[in-house]
Amino acid sequence: MDNSVLPAIDIDRLQVSYGSQQVLHGVSLSVAPGEFIAILGSSGCGKTTLLRTVAGFQKASGGAIRLFGRDVVDVPPEKRGMAMMFQSYALWPHMTVLGNVGYGLRLRGVSKDEIRSRVAAILKMLNLSGLEDRKVTNLSGGQRQRVALGRALAIEPEILLLDEPLSNLDAKVRIQLRSEIKALQARLGFTAIHVTHDREEAMTMADRIVVMDAGRIAQMGSPKEVYDQPSSPFVASFMGAENTIELDIRATGQEREIWTRDGRSVPFSGPVPTGAVTAYFRDDVASLDAPDARIEGSIVLPGRITQRTYPGGHYRYVVAIDDRHFTVTDDRYHDVDRPVGLRLPVASLHLFPSDYAKGGIHA
Amino acid sequence: MSGKMELSPGPVGPLPLKSLGQTHQQAAPSRSTTAMWVGGSLVFKTLALVVFAFLLFGPLANLVLWSVAERWYAPFKLPVSYGLRYWEVVFRPTGDAMSSLVTSVAIACLTVVVALCVSVPAGYALARLKLPWRTALMILFLLPQAFPSVAIYINVARVFYSIGLTGTIPGVVLVHAAHGLVYSVWIAAAAFAAVDKDLELAARNIGASPLRTFFTITLPLAAPGIMASAIFVFLESLDEFTGTFFVGVPQVTTLPLLLYNASMGGNYQIASITALILLVPSVLFMIVIERFLKADVLSKVGQ
Repeated sequence: MDNSVLPAIDIDRLQVSYGSQQVLHGVSLSVAPGEFIAILGSSGCGKTTLLRTVAGFQKASGGAIRLFGRDVVDVPPEKRGMAMMFQSYALWPHMTVLGNVGYGLRLRGVSKDEIRSRVAAILKMLNLSGLEDRKVTNLSGGQRQRVALGRALAIEPEILLLDEPLSNLDAKVRIQLRSEIKALQARLGFTAIHVTHDREEAMTMADRIVVMDAGRIAQMGSPKEVYDQPSSPFVASFMGAENTIELDIRATGQEREIWTRDGRSVPFSGPVPTGAVTAYFRDDVASLDAPDARIEGSIVLPGRITQRTYPGGHYRYVVAIDDRHFTVTDDRYHDVDRPVGLRLPVASLHLFPSDYAKGGIHA
Repeated sequence: MSGKMELSPGPVGPLPLKSLGQTHQQAAPSRSTTAMWVGGSLVFKTLALVVFAFLLFGPLANLVLWSVAERWYAPFKLPVSYGLRYWEVVFRPTGDAMSSLVTSVAIACLTVVVALCVSVPAGYALARLKLPWRTALMILFLLPQAFPSVAIYINVARVFYSIGLTGTIPGVVLVHAAHGLVYSVWIAAAAFAAVDKDLELAARNIGASPLRTFFTITLPLAAPGIMASAIFVFLESLDEFTGTFFVGVPQVTTLPLLLYNASMGGNYQIASITALILLVPSVLFMIVIERFLKADVLSKVGQ
């Protein structure tokens, strides 16, 4: 971020309450002009509240929101100069496509002919040419959300807010619109905040990801940072590392070792303190090996294959270790009920002290 | 299941057979009772329908008959002579009926205007704003319906008399409007509540002031429901009798009052024809309401 440029959006210790229930507990976030931010979190974490407070639909009970240096906490939504896309599309059913997309221009006193030509240009950009006089109720979901995008972009906003706009669409349309929005953002240069609960959507669209949990920011960083170095068990499991095993880190002289509960050890060097740790890992980091294999840099847990499926391309196995079950993919064919070793590279385990925020793991 | 049976044919084999036989025996009588039930309920349904149709259309048929009966007296089950003489009397341009029809429609239109002036802002406030006494306010509009109307209208007449409103069109309009507000406020509140808030926010968001948003987004979207409430109020006003009787008489004569006077005077033909005229808007209303009042609005009435 360039310090000489004012941030497009500067959220400073923002607090929001619904009645006596506090939803946002002092959220601070600074967005550079032209940056694409994704706010990721499970439902009820406050991400939509944060977006709606930025838009001005929700009153803040504390803190500040500055747009290019201008404090807007007490400014009504129509004077904030941003545009929003809604999950429900929020198109006006009593207007045509032209009426919807041209609404913002009509408010700004643009002449009828110019509205028509500017709307035509926007529709062309969104591959909706010729639909001006169509009723929005006669459009498909993907077309409706494109019209909503057109309506937002027609006023040439500096900031675009996206409130889960893709979550009601079919998988195919969703992926298509993702890249269209991203391409338009690169072309037009607006700043975007995108709220979503879809991890992949956030990863593929955003320059920076903000993971929220219970009204606070849990972690903020580039998609790769958040994915590879989650800062807490919550972020780890939210980013897909939902399997856990209990391990111990012990110091023997200068060396440190990581011990499995059945007494195997591998040398370890990392910032995690000595003691009981919980390892979080994604399904795709585990692989199958011989049950008694000893591999440098990996721990091997002996288990038994209880299930095999073939989803195509590779086999998917369920491996039971004691009473725990893990899903592993492997290219080779193995018999069910065979003893096997679950191999986990230590480098791809996310280790947290076992007493770290008990109960903070969300599925 | 089948695998197990093959393994031990002795003790298990006969069992399913026996149980099958039992189910057959049980099924046979139950099937005939079902048939009886179906037959019985069909007869019952038909009978109920006939009774219902008679209750509904019997009085109407009687009305139609009376409207074309020129002479009809005691021992005869049907009119003695038929004719359209009384229709001519009613529709004569100088007749009482036409002038009271005009009065009725004028009062109904004014009532709709007054009711909408209150119900549009009130309905919006009840639907959108966080009002502390919301339920109490909703019930307040129900109050005129809750008490015996005669008691209320006698007192209204007294108050109106002291301020010179009795016997005037504005007086009658006010009485009708108070009565119609229940429907119009409740339906308008439901109509506004049925408008998705995001639709308003989307307009505010791209630069529309609250007032502009109301007139370009909220009101057009709530219009069908508000139209329906206007029709309700219009019909209620056309049909209203008690209030008009206490506040309007003798200067203001509406169709229901004419109907009342005609039937009290034994002039059943005029009364029947007036009643049939009053029926027309109700039928039209039923056709229109079905188009205007959508399920999403109806589901929010009284919430």
